[in-house]
Amino acid sequence: MAVIRDVMPAFQLLQPTSIADAQKILDQYGPDAWVLAGGLDSFDWLKDRIKKPNTVVDLSGVEELKGIRETGQGLEIGAMTTLTEIAQHPLIKAKYSLLAQSAELVASPQIRNQGTIGGNVSQDTRCWYYRAGWPCYRAGGNICYADTPVGRNREHAILHAERCVAVNPSDTAPALIALDAKFVIRNRKGERVVNAEDYFVGPEIDITRLTVLQPGDLLTAVRIPATWAGAQFYFEKVRDRNVWDFPLMNVASAMVLSGDTIQQVRVAVNGAAARPLRLKAVENAIRGKQRSIATAEMAGNLAVQGAVPLQFNAYKIPLMRNLVKRSITGVQEATWAS
Amino acid sequence: MPKAREIVPGSERKYGAQYKVIGKNYQTADLYAKVTGQAKYAEDFRADGMLFCKLLLSPLPHARVKHIDASEALKMPGVKAILTANDLPAPADSLTDLGTVIKANPRGERALTNEPLYQGEPVLAVAAVDEYTAAEAIEKINVEFEPLPFVLDPLDSLRPGGPNPRVEGNVWDQHQPPPAKPGERPASPPPAEVAELKWTSADFEGAKQGRLPMGKPTDDWSYGDIDQGFKNAELIVDESFVTPDTSHQTLETRSALAYWQNGKVYVHTGTQSTVQTVPALARWLHIDASNVVLVSEYTGGGFGSKVTAAITAIIPALLSKKTNAPVMMRITREEETFIGRGRPSLLGRLKVGFSKEGRITAVDMFVICNTGPYDAVGDAGAAARIVSLLYQPPAMRWRGATIMTNTPPRGPQSAPGGMQGIVMMEPIICKAARKLGLDQVAVRRVNCPEGKADFGPVQNGKRAHCTSSFMKDALDRGAEQFRWQERVASKPKRAGSKVRGLGVSLSCFFGGSTGYDGLFVIKSDGRIAIPSGIGNLGTESVIDCHRVVAEVLGVPWEKCDLTWGNTTQNLPWTCVSGGSQTTHAMTRAAHAAAMDAKQKLQEIAAKKLGGKPEHYEVAHERVFAKGGGAGMTLAQAAQHAVKLGGKYDGHEAPPDVNKYTKASVAALAGQGLVAVAKDKYPHDGTSMSFVASFAEVEVDVETGKYNIIDFLAYADVGTVIHPRALGGQVLGRSILGIGHAIGQKWVFDPEYGHMISRRFYQSKPPTILDVPPNMQWAALDIPDPETPVGARGIGEPPVGGGCASILNALSDAVGDDVFRRAPVNADTILTSLEAGRPMQDPLTAHI
Repeated sequence: MAVIRDVMPAFQLLQPTSIADAQKILDQYGPDAWVLAGGLDSFDWLKDRIKKPNTVVDLSGVEELKGIRETGQGLEIGAMTTLTEIAQHPLIKAKYSLLAQSAELVASPQIRNQGTIGGNVSQDTRCWYYRAGWPCYRAGGNICYADTPVGRNREHAILHAERCVAVNPSDTAPALIALDAKFVIRNRKGERVVNAEDYFVGPEIDITRLTVLQPGDLLTAVRIPATWAGAQFYFEKVRDRNVWDFPLMNVASAMVLSGDTIQQVRVAVNGAAARPLRLKAVENAIRGKQRSIATAEMAGNLAVQGAVPLQFNAYKIPLMRNLVKRSITGVQEATWAS
Repeated sequence: MPKAREIVPGSERKYGAQYKVIGKNYQTADLYAKVTGQAKYAEDFRADGMLFCKLLLSPLPHARVKHIDASEALKMPGVKAILTANDLPAPADSLTDLGTVIKANPRGERALTNEPLYQGEPVLAVAAVDEYTAAEAIEKINVEFEPLPFVLDPLDSLRPGGPNPRVEGNVWDQHQPPPAKPGERPASPPPAEVAELKWTSADFEGAKQGRLPMGKPTDDWSYGDIDQGFKNAELIVDESFVTPDTSHQTLETRSALAYWQNGKVYVHTGTQSTVQTVPALARWLHIDASNVVLVSEYTGGGFGSKVTAAITAIIPALLSKKTNAPVMMRITREEETFIGRGRPSLLGRLKVGFSKEGRITAVDMFVICNTGPYDAVGDAGAAARIVSLLYQPPAMRWRGATIMTNTPPRGPQSAPGGMQGIVMMEPIICKAARKLGLDQVAVRRVNCPEGKADFGPVQNGKRAHCTSSFMKDALDRGAEQFRWQERVASKPKRAGSKVRGLGVSLSCFFGGSTGYDGLFVIKSDGRIAIPSGIGNLGTESVIDCHRVVAEVLGVPWEKCDLTWGNTTQNLPWTCVSGGSQTTHAMTRAAHAAAMDAKQKLQEIAAKKLGGKPEHYEVAHERVFAKGGGAGMTLAQAAQHAVKLGGKYDGHEAPPDVNKYTKASVAALAGQGLVAVAKDKYPHDGTSMSFVASFAEVEVDVETGKYNIIDFLAYADVGTVIHPRALGGQVLGRSILGIGHAIGQKWVFDPEYGHMISRRFYQSKPPTILDVPPNMQWAALDIPDPETPVGARGIGEPPVGGGCASILNALSDAVGDDVFRRAPVNADTILTSLEAGRPMQDPLTAHI
């Protein structure tokens, strides 16, 4: 049967106004239900008729899922809070500017007005084979088209690839990992809270999804502990164009210093693997060290250990090395030794 | 990354000092509708009982349709009809104005096909009550394809034993008819056939090192003594360079609405050329041109991809005939990527000799052009002619091979070939200047054309020449405005990981044609009714050209009423808006018609008031005796014209205007003083416009990411007609070129023959945040000597310089050996810097 793209098919649209109602609908429809947040990822899939759910559950009317609240332990951000709101929120800008910076570098102003934090961390990969509907591993098939001798893979993974070489495209994910955020997930059995870095899964765990969310699960909020409030932050995103583009790679770090000594540190990168990577080895290696060029260079070199380039993405290794280095020095000022 | 953005007027210069209307900014008649959304593009029209159609696209890069089973689709409620290639009219021959028959090529592109030659080629269409139903119907159709061999990369096809894109081969073979006997019209050439061209293994030696193989070309020419030129050279640079395939990417896709009324087909679609789209549609539909009505009030961009609309516009027309209902075909972005045309990648190798002063002594140029599966585009040849003009080599050889592949069809895109030629040549000039220790502006100054400069090979005993070139002045003034010397001297080469680089490029392209008709009516109330046959493709030439009428007659612009965008409106024969010819061609035609009006006004005044026509002058909405005295208003003169009849009110048309214009004049007869004339102004050279482009970039050598800090384009386009529209073109088309430097491309999977850069986030056209907020432009405003108003076209000339100035600035920043292809991205820069040598194989296509 012939394939046609770019025409959205009909589906049943349900628009709950409470988390409880949303939960009920998800239970009722199970895997047939598609959760719609801002729609930037969903509408692509739907328009291309690659994902054809019979029921779409639009969360835009659920007020409980929106907004930024200060709690005793830090901040709670509703999953349906827009990226614009996060980027502009005074408290986030004052205490957790890492998140504000990362949100502000997502896509374009229009997309940030529509896109949500929940959607940004839960979006699917942008591998151009997978998104075009090719029957690859991730789509349930038994081949990776990007990792063939002639596959086009400049935007693909250099680390932790297993059969699939796709990367996670989120800009806020590494910032949330560096801030030690907790993700609140609800389903019929109740609520569970997972660490940001544990929200994401690589192909070795599940090759068909990028997060731990299963049918019936709803990401309701992201909690940011006060632990890293006001720490030294660094975020940088490298993309082809100055707007719209997903990251070729990004890096986020949070650091607490005592004098020049790194006391506490968390570093994460995205665009390198199928999940945003928390660089624990780097953190362990530099904790207690002087914040210096030498420490930063050591961190950069350590970060890319084990990286394996594909035919067209070898640049990602120096890119990751340099971004991690900068995330430790906190500035873009290392000298180029020609 | 640029932060704050402010609106900068572009140029402080004032234009048109000697004119009242020409050279002045004004609000065009279509502006309000465009900015308020009231403008109706093809897709915005609705008709009673309108159906929608959707296309079934080929999933394979080359295949034969064995069987189509649409039974399930046709059973669906709401599905009205299916259209396949078998339903298309046979391709029609066409007739030139000189009476020469151009035979239809049965191997040419058609609206639908039974042998798709690229993935995404339309195979059939379904009409239904709505798009959802039509799309579902497409999914229920089963097409059995027989896969055929395919090839995406021209080099793969040229290899010994390499695959062919078409069953018969990979190149066009045009047999020429025998020469005509004296007194007889030359016979029409037979349709071109497909032949096979393969090179030898020996030709491919060196390809692994990134050197372009140079086997047997399909075309060639030369002039001067290149061997002697290289012998005299102090320095010889021999480089391969590859430019990207890019979509035209018009924001309005080629949607079309069609319906039939009283035997005529009405087609609403975007086009670059209102008048000349009619014969194209007639040819594709194989019907008489008098039975075609085109409505095209607004066109959302063409850039060469909609010169006479698109052949797919006949799909809704034929479905409309089949269903007896209006049919709308909305083309999606993905479909547009396949059928919307693209610029061909050129693979070039240039060997250039330089004297120690930097003067070029010889150029040996070899170009391979990836033309897609259908018509051979002219980019390979145009690249050479532009190089020949812009750098004035005293001796040059060009060899070209235009090769077919199973990739989407190419078409002319803004400065077709010219842009690629400049982009291949400029890095060599840069490198030579560095090796010879010369300033980049100075080395271009000693090579650039001046005055009526010759270019290209000897044809019919002489070489072509441009009408005028003030390239040196543009370069000098541009360098001054850009503070080139100051920047070169004071440039902080490196700060931390940031390195800055400066680039300058010459640029030019064709800028005008001749011989079209001007037509307008002075109504009995003294207002001027001007039917514009120019397409409203976004350049504003549809309106700007007619400002000449107001200028010549001394009528306020507010009293000129313009109509456009509908071929029932009695339009004059008008040039196609391609090749940047419109401003030149149609200001000439407008001038000719205005002079005709002037003559008729003088004659009417003489008839009514006595004396001789030459005793009267026309100004201030009046015709009156020179030095004061008797006169009449234009309104009175128009009333007299109607009474006089004959040539004065359009009952007679001049014998030399086009038959299309004659029909319009006949329809307008009696409505006032009808001014109509063919442009017969003398014109000896080829009208070319020139641009000097300047750029500064900042590269972060730790990430490979770079930003354009500053940009200036200084244009030599003759007289400035409408500064704001000109600035829009100079900067807009510079950005089109910049896109080729900074990221735009097609990416294919070579194993499966599929395009995988189907969406903007994958094909990466430039965004407004990728260019500096204070981009600058200016124009010399020196009239062209071979045209009465002095104006030439500008759409295409800035494109090559936009791209090359960025590439040159990049190589100034990071070195000559970082890239040998465009676009240049973080991956290119970082990998090469890391390795200390160029790392991207220049010859691997579509990465």
